[in-house]
Amino acid sequence: MNPSQDEKERIGVYVCHCGSNIAGVVDVEDVAVWAGDKLADEGVVVSRDYKFMCSSLGQEMIEQDIAEQGLTRVVVAACSPHLHEKTFRGACARAGLNPYLSELVSIREQVSWVHTDKQKATAKAKAMIAGGVERVIEQEALEPLKVPIHPATLVVGGGIAGIQAALEIAESGSLVYLVEREPSIGGHMAQFDKTFPTLDCAACILTPKMVDAGSHPNIELYTWSEVERVDGSVGNFTVTIKKKPRYVNEELCTGCGICVEKCTRNVIDGEFEAGLGYRKAIYTPFPQAVPKYPVLDTENCTYFEKGKCKACQLLCPTGAIDFEQTEQYITVTVGNIILATGFDLFDARRVPQYGYGRLKNVFTSLEFERLSNAAGPTNGEIVLRDGVTKPESVGIIHCVGSRDRNYNNYCSVICCMQSLKFAHLVKERTGATVYNFYIDMRTAYKDYDEFYQHVMEEGTIFVRGRVAEVTDAARRSGEEDKLIIQVEDTLAGRQRRIPVDMVVLSAGLEPRRDAKQVAHTFGISCSANGWFIEKHPKLDPIATMTEGVYIAGCVQGPKDIPSSVAQGAAAAARVISRINKGEIELEPIRATVDAHKCSGCRICNDLCPFNAIVWHEDEMVTEINHALCQGCGTCVAACPAGAISGTGFSNEQVMSQIEGLLMFEQPVDLLAMAV
Amino acid sequence: MSEQFEPVIIGFTCNWCSYRAADMAGTARIKYPPNVRLVRLMCSGRLDPTFVLKALSNGADGVLITGCHPGECHYLEQNYKALRRYHLLRRTLIGFGIEPERVKLVWASAAEGVQLAKQIAGFVDEIRALGPLAWSMPSKQQLVAEPSVMEEVPA
Repeated sequence: MNPSQDEKERIGVYVCHCGSNIAGVVDVEDVAVWAGDKLADEGVVVSRDYKFMCSSLGQEMIEQDIAEQGLTRVVVAACSPHLHEKTFRGACARAGLNPYLSELVSIREQVSWVHTDKQKATAKAKAMIAGGVERVIEQEALEPLKVPIHPATLVVGGGIAGIQAALEIAESGSLVYLVEREPSIGGHMAQFDKTFPTLDCAACILTPKMVDAGSHPNIELYTWSEVERVDGSVGNFTVTIKKKPRYVNEELCTGCGICVEKCTRNVIDGEFEAGLGYRKAIYTPFPQAVPKYPVLDTENCTYFEKGKCKACQLLCPTGAIDFEQTEQYITVTVGNIILATGFDLFDARRVPQYGYGRLKNVFTSLEFERLSNAAGPTNGEIVLRDGVTKPESVGIIHCVGSRDRNYNNYCSVICCMQSLKFAHLVKERTGATVYNFYIDMRTAYKDYDEFYQHVMEEGTIFVRGRVAEVTDAARRSGEEDKLIIQVEDTLAGRQRRIPVDMVVLSAGLEPRRDAKQVAHTFGISCSANGWFIEKHPKLDPIATMTEGVYIAGCVQGPKDIPSSVAQGAAAAARVISRINKGEIELEPIRATVDAHKCSGCRICNDLCPFNAIVWHEDEMVTEINHALCQGCGTCVAACPAGAISGTGFSNEQVMSQIEGLLMFEQPVDLLAMAV
Repeated sequence: MSEQFEPVIIGFTCNWCSYRAADMAGTARIKYPPNVRLVRLMCSGRLDPTFVLKALSNGADGVLITGCHPGECHYLEQNYKALRRYHLLRRTLIGFGIEPERVKLVWASAAEGVQLAKQIAGFVDEIRALGPLAWSMPSKQQLVAEPSVMEEVPA
């Protein structure tokens, strides 16, 4: 440290007020004066504070100082590098300074927003800036890594968000692999009857898009398939897709449906019909399924159980039934990935006091969707579990499993509007008395509140309060053979017992049961609730922290159809811009071995999970393949000879930062003491 | 009231999880004591144990190492290597006559701003209780008691 004056770097320190975000807690003027004074020996020649460093005026200030004062290093003390590192690197680059010769010190997220004691916060900000200054001295001029983008894209999940994303990209002229776990694309939306608030039929607006996706020349559809493995990184992912056996040869099948018709086995359809209807052992989940090929359910197939029957095979006019089919693995290369794997419905059985599964006329929202669907098991008749009786009174309970500390704290967003839609459909089709039990009514979106007004005008009775219990234990006359809803009416300020014929539980949305596993496969993270984490909650809700992996639809958090479509399209737009650009610039954080220093001990050889470390037997040295290196730095930390350096996070940089952070503490000669 | 000892703690964070958790604690305005100063690494696997010794010898009273939860490493499995080194490091510290409790490894995912803040606050209290870093050569008893420092890392 402290090289002679002419060798020293010329460092500029810029302390941001961020309005009052930082200046409200940290004495920014004092910090700037202090840095100019106390860090002058380290090479700080300019130290300024400014209201908003990220504004164009703030950036110009830095650019001007680089030009006029000949700065060779820049330290900005402002917000998190995850937010504005790019901004200030850009300012440096515009002034002709290599952008990697700058350092952003996070005195907002790590100081002013988390501390209250102004004096201590100011002292901490100073120490952090000293750390940044010491570190920036060791920074090297770097060039970003440029990685070509493979023009194909993987979209996982064929619900409305995934379909929208796939169509947008396919329309722009690039190839899309659309992978769907179920036998057909369509997702949850295909199960719905009407969509709020316009009440247009879900199938009528969804199926044309499904057909488009199924027939688009740029979309390769893999249904009844799952992503097994993902290797590589942005620009060049290698994806292994597992295609489960349908037992139907897709090249021969015409989708005529004779096999389904002739199948002798009726099976309760627990998936598409939510357990209310039947399907065959060989089936297409619904008439408009895309693709049209049926799938054979081996667990319920007589041939697979007993070794005989084969009715479907015998009667198939094209000989498409193939009992010998096995799973296939397909490997594709893509540049980007969009995850649109959706949600699971909250299991209403988990709220035992609402009686689902125990009281027969308690229905879930999905069951109600199927009941009210004209193509559903009752042809759209809203009837009790007996299949014939029309209810005279219906209670709809909001927030089942949502906004509840026992289950999920969050609001599932769609349930209020869904419950209002149910209320309208019950009124319209049965004329029954309808009660909606809500905690707060949340109808904040275009035309949503108008729909609420409309349902109120239709005569639905709204009771504000969380339902305590649904029971069939009659206590008073009029409660016999009814379901009694026990609720505290918080507007009337009293307990009420409301007898009804039918109860509908508006179940919330949950992350997919295997969300964590999927996140792991694709190298992204889940929030505490299990939804996939976006790169920035406001400014980048479609990207993830993993370059090249995007998210769309409910996988990011509960949302309605318009928002899912918008997010699917937005993710597609991002991918298309990447494809059009043809390459992406990445952080040049990679490990490099100095062959002269490498002793050939091979300690690092087994540390790399990306197989980037190559051993040269002939020269007895190790080399790192930069195309495979992801820049974690584990090998750098392990090298006993100090032969491996990590650009961006070198030993010198980290050591100097530690020195800076503790510059004004009492140093102790640890090693000398220990001898 | 006598003046309270304010320890200085260096915290090493992973770019993908705990640094983001610290960002999140900030965005959510969750408060924790200002005694900790964070250093960003790309991965807990980048943590060279000499970084910890450097921090202690330069005046830090404690060092917090943070990484992704087991099984959730952004680089697949490098946090396990950090865990390995952590255990070795604690043994080395005893040899130096430093309480191994001065170095702590905690896991924090990008979503765990609240948890990270709690861990920091707890660690500051622990170091405050230990007092300023000042050590002597380890006694024989301490060296014999060495296995006791191998206790589980909190999940």
